Amino acid sequence: MSNKPKVSGFMNYLRKERIPTIFCAGCGNGTVINTFFNAMEMAELSLDNISMVSGIGCSSRIPGYIKCDSLHTTHGRPIAFATGVKLGNPDMDVVVFTGDGDAAAIGGNHLIHAARRNLDLTVICVNNSIYGMTGGQISPTSPKGSFASTTPYGALEAPFDLAKLVSGAGATYVSRWTTVHPLPLSNAIKKGLQNKGFSFIEVISQCPTYFGRKNRMRSAVEMMKYMKTHSVVKKKAKKMSEEELEGKIILGDFVNRNWPEFSEMLCEQVNEKSEKGLIDAIKSAYKTDL
Amino acid sequence: MRKEIRIAGFGGQGIILAGIVIGRAASVHDNLFAVQTQSYGPEARGGASRTEVVISDSEIDYPKVQLPDIFVAMSHEALITYLDGLKNGGILIVDPDMIKEEEILPFVEKHNINYFKASATKTAVEKIGLGIVANIVMIGAITKATKVISEEAARKAITESVPPGTEAKNIAAFEAGMDLIDGR
Amino acid sequence: MNITRFFIQGNEACARGAIKAGCKFFAGYPITPSTEVAEDAAIILPKEGGTFIQMEDEISALGAVIGAAWAGVKGMTATSGPGFSLMQEHIGYAAMTETPLVIVDVQRGSPSTAQPTMASQSDMMQARWGSHGDYEIIALVPSSVQECFDFTVEAFNLAEKYRVPVIVLSDEIIGHMREKINIPDKVEIIARKMPEEGPETFLPYKAEPDGVSPMPPFGAGYKIHVTGLTHDERGYPDASNPETHTKLVKRLCNKILNHRGELTRVKELYTEDADIIVVSYGAPSRSAITAVKNAREKGIKAGHIKLEIVWPFPEEIIRSAAQQASDIIVAEMNLGQMVYEVERVVKSDAEVSLLPKIGGQIHRPEEFLEMIYKCQK
Repeated sequence: MSNKPKVSGFMNYLRKERIPTIFCAGCGNGTVINTFFNAMEMAELSLDNISMVSGIGCSSRIPGYIKCDSLHTTHGRPIAFATGVKLGNPDMDVVVFTGDGDAAAIGGNHLIHAARRNLDLTVICVNNSIYGMTGGQISPTSPKGSFASTTPYGALEAPFDLAKLVSGAGATYVSRWTTVHPLPLSNAIKKGLQNKGFSFIEVISQCPTYFGRKNRMRSAVEMMKYMKTHSVVKKKAKKMSEEELEGKIILGDFVNRNWPEFSEMLCEQVNEKSEKGLIDAIKSAYKTDL
Repeated sequence: MRKEIRIAGFGGQGIILAGIVIGRAASVHDNLFAVQTQSYGPEARGGASRTEVVISDSEIDYPKVQLPDIFVAMSHEALITYLDGLKNGGILIVDPDMIKEEEILPFVEKHNINYFKASATKTAVEKIGLGIVANIVMIGAITKATKVISEEAARKAITESVPPGTEAKNIAAFEAGMDLIDGR
Repeated sequence: MNITRFFIQGNEACARGAIKAGCKFFAGYPITPSTEVAEDAAIILPKEGGTFIQMEDEISALGAVIGAAWAGVKGMTATSGPGFSLMQEHIGYAAMTETPLVIVDVQRGSPSTAQPTMASQSDMMQARWGSHGDYEIIALVPSSVQECFDFTVEAFNLAEKYRVPVIVLSDEIIGHMREKINIPDKVEIIARKMPEEGPETFLPYKAEPDGVSPMPPFGAGYKIHVTGLTHDERGYPDASNPETHTKLVKRLCNKILNHRGELTRVKELYTEDADIIVVSYGAPSRSAITAVKNAREKGIKAGHIKLEIVWPFPEEIIRSAAQQASDIIVAEMNLGQMVYEVERVVKSDAEVSLLPKIGGQIHRPEEFLEMIYKCQK
């Protein structure tokens, strides 16, 4: 056996000149990147045709390390930008990386409206229940009673159940897994990438630096153990009582349905109204003769 | 030549469209210059409605009506509200069935107003069988009474401005409106 | 070339101009008095193979336009005061990432929701300084329906040439009035520049000598990173490096400021020998011109400068006007915004007075005449 560490094939997907990343030791973002590459290969998609859009926050830094066209936008708005990217060139596979603060607080409106439209985006929401980038403030998905720098005496607000919220808003593929479930997570991202419609994959992730430290889980391992012992797959959860489900993370596909997709319907409408068709608009900014 | 026209009535009478047709006729078909403006806001819905058109043979700088040469009133309320603004010796056209004439006759006399009556609403209902073309009937009357736009331009502008399929009815309304004014 | 005559609103003319200039994407949110721009675009764009979307707010509308720009499509949005305020963050993002796009702002009575159906020119400084930080944009102000068309075409071309957001600062009067306009079959279109270099060596934020870099679209193999963070020539974040930041922000400003000359656009009337020069822009210019012509008939040496590109501010023109005239009257539909720019440039070379107007209507020509008489004394 060679002593050289095995270099993952996934390394070729990274902007190597940007490594090391800014992520803390033990952060769940590394797992998310890995599972994404795995999913991309399973879905037989290529970074040549993937555009990534992200907002502000730790997980929104992910696209910056991946060798693809990437748009690192403003706080909470990546889905709005992604809407423009997708409608500007419907042939592209558009993936959004966002976090709980980005997607559910400041960007909540864009999230539910893109889901309502069933626009063909794959939104991967890395939910670590805390604002990591700004130093550990409470988020709209932080559990009741959890501690953060802005809830020093414990959070009083009820958290959002993002998978349920987005399912209700009209998404056609919704799944939730954690960073300790990399294989089903990869599979869910794959299904999301393949779904022609709005796909939302919620990844429950660990932030040992802020959430862990403030909530008596000092290491990433401890947090991952917690996720492992506190998750229940949907099938099993169905048989459990409300009390039994208290504090549990429910995993699995929440929605997987075939509804008409927005950009496709819009293209059809444009093709109907125009002799040239939408295809004429693709990359039209580079043309002078229109 | 600068002519300022104000048309006023209530919402639903097609007041704004009348202004647009006159502006379009003057500028696009008579080769003059025209600016059309209108009152906006909640008060323009269902309540009072007003449009103003400036027509000129040279480019129009100041776009608003200050002292109208022509005032067309399709409701009594509008008539009373804006009558004072009419220029001395200006042209007043009213729909006589919509107003109380006795209230304005002293003004007409005192200011030497060129006064016309055109029963646009009644004509639209009785002759065309369509109350909503009262505004087009009124355009016929305005065209004949003021000569501010040519008959030909008016016909073209009406044809372009009304919903497809309704052109013939609207042209008939326009002609009926012309007939409401004596050929003096 | 065929020219077709129309009798339409200023707002509709903006939409027609955009589409002639190659706009294939419109994302908007309804707001009085700009809504007709969106409504007209919604009708026409699909017929031209473009897409229209009504977003959930103005923030997402401008976000979508930026996204479409990076997908390789020219896009625009239209709004008014309150919506323009919401767009400010993304104007800054577009300036920082050098994303070409056009915003039509149909100004209404302000502040807050104030006068939705009445005109003002109260967003002049917001257009210039509304987003946080040092940046430069280009802004044009139409004063007729024809100019709504012409300036929107120009806005698209300038946006591409300088890779910058360009704002058409219309107002409720110009936006809602109908006038005759001539629309040609074709207009001159400036296309976006593709890099000549291949993806291996191309640096997306390395400027060419004119300060602007080519902009490849997503999906073309360049795999570029675009961020609002301070970035190096590769487009990668380098946010804590003072030198990278200074170089980047100075370039963003200078690519506009170094082209002040070609970005100067005014229309002068009787200024050659004028003692009193009225400076205005947009709707009030029409009253000003009426008044200046009137003053000339009375033998008063009055002149007029109509600002057409207001940002960057035409310093040279105003400076030389001040050297010639004894009085400069600045008229605007606000309580004084551009007058500060005029004063900054004029210094003590001439007497600057302000003719403000708020309430929603334009100045009457008599108000100008009164002011001109006052200056004469």
